[in-house]
Amino acid sequence: MDDELHDRYSGKPPIVVEGLTNRFGDFAVHDDLSMEVREGEILGVVGGSGTGKSVLMRSIIGLQTPSEGKISVFGRTITGIDPDQDLGVRCRWGVMFQGGALFSTLTVGENVEVPLKQFYPDIDAGLRREIARYKVLLSGLPEDAINKFPSELSGGMKKRAGLARALALDPELLFLDEPTAGLDPIGAAAFDSLTKELKETLGLTVFLITHDLDTLYEICDRVAVLADKQVVAVGTIPELIETGHPWIQEYFGGPRGRAAHAAHERSNG
Amino acid sequence: MCVSPTGGLFALRFILIAWAVMDGPAQFTIDEDETGRIRLSVEGPLLVSSVGPLDHDLEELDADLGIIDLSGVDAIDTIGAWVMCRLAARHEAEITGAGERAKRLLDAVEGAGNDGEMDPPRDPVWLRVPKGMGELVFDMRAGIIGVVGFLGRILIGLGRLIRRPSTFPMKAMVRQMELVGVSALPIIGLMSFLIGIVIAQQGAVQLEQFGAEALTVNLVGRITLRELGVLMTAIMVAGRSGSAFAAQIGTMKLTEEVDAMRTIGISPAERLVIPRILACTFMMVLLGFYASVVAIVGGAVVGQVALGIPFFTFLERIQEVVPIHDVWVGLIKAPVFGLIIGLAGCYHGMRVEGNSEQVGLRTTMAVVSAIFAVIVLDAFFAVFFTEIGWG
Repeated sequence: MDDELHDRYSGKPPIVVEGLTNRFGDFAVHDDLSMEVREGEILGVVGGSGTGKSVLMRSIIGLQTPSEGKISVFGRTITGIDPDQDLGVRCRWGVMFQGGALFSTLTVGENVEVPLKQFYPDIDAGLRREIARYKVLLSGLPEDAINKFPSELSGGMKKRAGLARALALDPELLFLDEPTAGLDPIGAAAFDSLTKELKETLGLTVFLITHDLDTLYEICDRVAVLADKQVVAVGTIPELIETGHPWIQEYFGGPRGRAAHAAHERSNG
Repeated sequence: MCVSPTGGLFALRFILIAWAVMDGPAQFTIDEDETGRIRLSVEGPLLVSSVGPLDHDLEELDADLGIIDLSGVDAIDTIGAWVMCRLAARHEAEITGAGERAKRLLDAVEGAGNDGEMDPPRDPVWLRVPKGMGELVFDMRAGIIGVVGFLGRILIGLGRLIRRPSTFPMKAMVRQMELVGVSALPIIGLMSFLIGIVIAQQGAVQLEQFGAEALTVNLVGRITLRELGVLMTAIMVAGRSGSAFAAQIGTMKLTEEVDAMRTIGISPAERLVIPRILACTFMMVLLGFYASVVAIVGGAVVGQVALGIPFFTFLERIQEVVPIHDVWVGLIKAPVFGLIIGLAGCYHGMRVEGNSEQVGLRTTMAVVSAIFAVIVLDAFFAVFFTEIGWG
């Protein structure tokens, strides 16, 4: 039996996207897009505005039914399934939305308890509260944030609270939609190192949408570039630059790209 | 820079998790070790999916543990680590036999500590009740100031618009008139028609006992023009448009659209509130009259079908038996009701703060307070018009 499971999971990438096409009316956002995310990596997803980074994420987590193509997560095909249906994989991933997407009528602590309550009702309330508290602290929020409502938090704190909720179930796979957008540089750097630390201690696989060049240089194992309705290149940043794709050249060769590279070189040397 | 992860560890984790899901909760055994300390040996997976029952059993354990042996644990996550860490802290026990991953997680969990206060501080009940009362009174004061401030802002806005008529948001008002008035025609028409039918039919049944079926015309004509046409329309408009005002403006407040308008120098009172209130006031007059007319038509249909009064005779009789001041009563009440509905909707919309629950709450309050005010005012109007001889 173990061998069977071994065949099913080991070495296979947690996310496989094949021939994904997403059309809105006549406009295709993705056309025959294929990619995969490997176990235990932080994959950065970049692309200009409107290239469908968020749509890609929404397709993978089953919120957007693609026009064509096949997506499998943990070896389970999730395309062609009703979005409200239990996919059996929801308890194994955590999603942090751009603005945090916290439930505004619940406190931060209660927000983190929601997935625990949903998937594991047999955990008793005391333990659940403790777990929620631990996850809130883990995401770098101060202790007194637990009993605050989302409307009392700053943008950066909302993101951290969103991360705490995403981590509630100890997921194997973490989706982050622009985690550092709108954060001050110190907060953004702290978020980056938090992501990396979480990946290393918890063994997470991270699918990370970002515009932040520093994030790409500092924590991403590989970077996927969305352009021309497809993933035009995947690899480490030096590998991407070698491809010579004009958008990639502009992206990493522009003033901001060079500055981020220089900063990375300095911090490593 | 890029460290490729060791595939083996992760592959192992996937297998263990899958196994854990199938194999149910973890087990534990208790014995004594060589030095006489009580040892708890945990076996199986310590994962979020399986740790619930285990934690429950451990809570009821009254042995004084000295060692917690995790060598039989084959899978662990932060939640399992948390439970073990908490148990060890409670019994001042030592954790042994933890694997590499378990150690890492235990260290991470231990760093978070568990001495913080979980619940927010709460006052005793003899303090909470008066405190709640006091807050209510204070809120009431804030509410009254809010209403007065809101009315003042509208008046200032109106004054400014009158001085500079070119800045009047005509387009917004026409749009609101369409939403409040034109698109409500079918539903209000249907409602009034049915009410006309019911009044005529039920009235005729009662009047028949006095041999006064012919007076059905008086009944339908006077009651719809004077009372029901406008009142039912007001209730309908409060439900349709008053709620929409509150929800729209409330959502705009949550998404900071209202703040954005202020920073550009646009007054939300002028751009959002005044067009809605004016549209609601004008449209209530037209809708109220329309509703009364349709109700009379409904009555006339019943007259034709059930009472043997020809349709056009019914309409002619209406002109003879309904005094003209009944029409005025309806037409004077309608704009007042419209004003109240518009004010309530916009006021509650502007008071939304914080979260989405507030939008729902304020929308409900807008409709309830508008309908309540309309009915109370209607009673005053009834007495007032009778007193001035428009009985």
